[in-house]
Amino acid sequence: MALRTLLNVRSPLADPREQRARLQALPLQKTFHEALESAGTRDLRATGISVLQINVGKRCNQACRHCHVDAGPDRQEVMSAAVVDACLRFLEVTDIQTLDITGGAPELHPSFRDIVVRARAAGKHVMDRCNLTITGLPNYADLPDFLASQQVEVVASLPSYSARQTNSQRGDGVFEESIVALRRFNALGYGVENSGLLLSLVTNPVGAYLPAAQRALESDWKRELQRRYGIVFNRLYTITNMPISRYLEYLIESGNLESYMDRLVAAFNPSTVDGLMCRYTLSVGWDGRLYDCDFNQMVELETRGDVPRTIFDATRNALDHRSIAVGPHCFGCTAGAGSSCGGATT
Amino acid sequence: MRIRSTGKPLVYWTKLSEMDGDTYYHPKDLGRFSEIGKDAPELWEKFNAWYSAVFKEGALSEREKALIALAVAHAVQCPYCIDAYSTASLETGSTPEQMTEAVHVAAAIRGGASLVHGVQMRNRVDKLSM
Repeated sequence: MALRTLLNVRSPLADPREQRARLQALPLQKTFHEALESAGTRDLRATGISVLQINVGKRCNQACRHCHVDAGPDRQEVMSAAVVDACLRFLEVTDIQTLDITGGAPELHPSFRDIVVRARAAGKHVMDRCNLTITGLPNYADLPDFLASQQVEVVASLPSYSARQTNSQRGDGVFEESIVALRRFNALGYGVENSGLLLSLVTNPVGAYLPAAQRALESDWKRELQRRYGIVFNRLYTITNMPISRYLEYLIESGNLESYMDRLVAAFNPSTVDGLMCRYTLSVGWDGRLYDCDFNQMVELETRGDVPRTIFDATRNALDHRSIAVGPHCFGCTAGAGSSCGGATT
Repeated sequence: MRIRSTGKPLVYWTKLSEMDGDTYYHPKDLGRFSEIGKDAPELWEKFNAWYSAVFKEGALSEREKALIALAVAHAVQCPYCIDAYSTASLETGSTPEQMTEAVHVAAAIRGGASLVHGVQMRNRVDKLSM
């Protein structure tokens, strides 16, 4: 398994400013603002907050080639106890229904289970963005049981039901370990109809192309995973790869950057704008800084205008209808059927 | 139109272009397909409408249709179509393994089509032989 991060190899792309500069320098047919205007939206604004997404750190047991976080075993960034507490207090005193925990591998955070228990005690729906292989690590074997006991929705990454494709994106042997983990989740009732335990799979294209139509793909995946491995799941989310971080590096190295961006721009779909996840999500970084989404977080495009910058100052009044910060990478969420952490948006 | 360029020229073509800038096939020409409509716009529009309708989901899914197109592209050896339907197959959810099997189906039919003519050869040989 390749375990290499941009930071680890001292790539200039490890710096979010370099990523933004590379994208800004591309001769795109139109800017994202122009695309929004063509869709009748002059100022993209949030419509409330129904999801609090917290990125608890960049440490991960994997180092996938497309990772937009540049996560890996060498990353040291971990959300502090004070930031965790501020996030949970914000969640507890508001009517935000969903806590979406991401990373890195979020389960590696020393307080992961405490976060889950506290959010569930507050009556919140909790999503764990799980890379599956984490359950194969020493000390994490009981993770599926814990998640089941708390009725946490498991949102698991699996780019393809083809072993070769999955391993080429996520590392040698990841597919086989993922199948073991999925069987374990299934044995606990995850993915089984009416069990109350939701198992959602997330697929990103393994290369420089757009994802397939989510509904059609979900049907194919359910058939193939059942037929090949006896695995069941509830939902498939298709997510377009964002042209940032390690996926940006891949696009540059493979000579696909310009054609991929042209493809995203040409596939701009005005009907995706209403459902963009930045309009209902508040994203919190490991250090407590606030962003409109996890992708903005990784290119360090903070909340804009006269609004709170950290979770310590966050209020619903100030953030519910904030103006959203955008850049060229946002075309990734508006191409084709649209894309979000919850899959297609149309 | 589903036909679109991957923007990744084959090395062979690139080398030819570098040599003399003149070649029968050029990947960029795929993006100029609509120029065919300049001198016969009505026919182009009809082709376009029919072509688009053909690839919409019906009794067959878009994924299945893209795989058929990929196989046919190999049978008729159209490099533009191979580029276009390799991309389309990936973007409708096919795996490289499935795409490779589709190409083998095309190749098997082409191979079988040649081989089955051997019966005609045998008929002729039988007629001419003692």
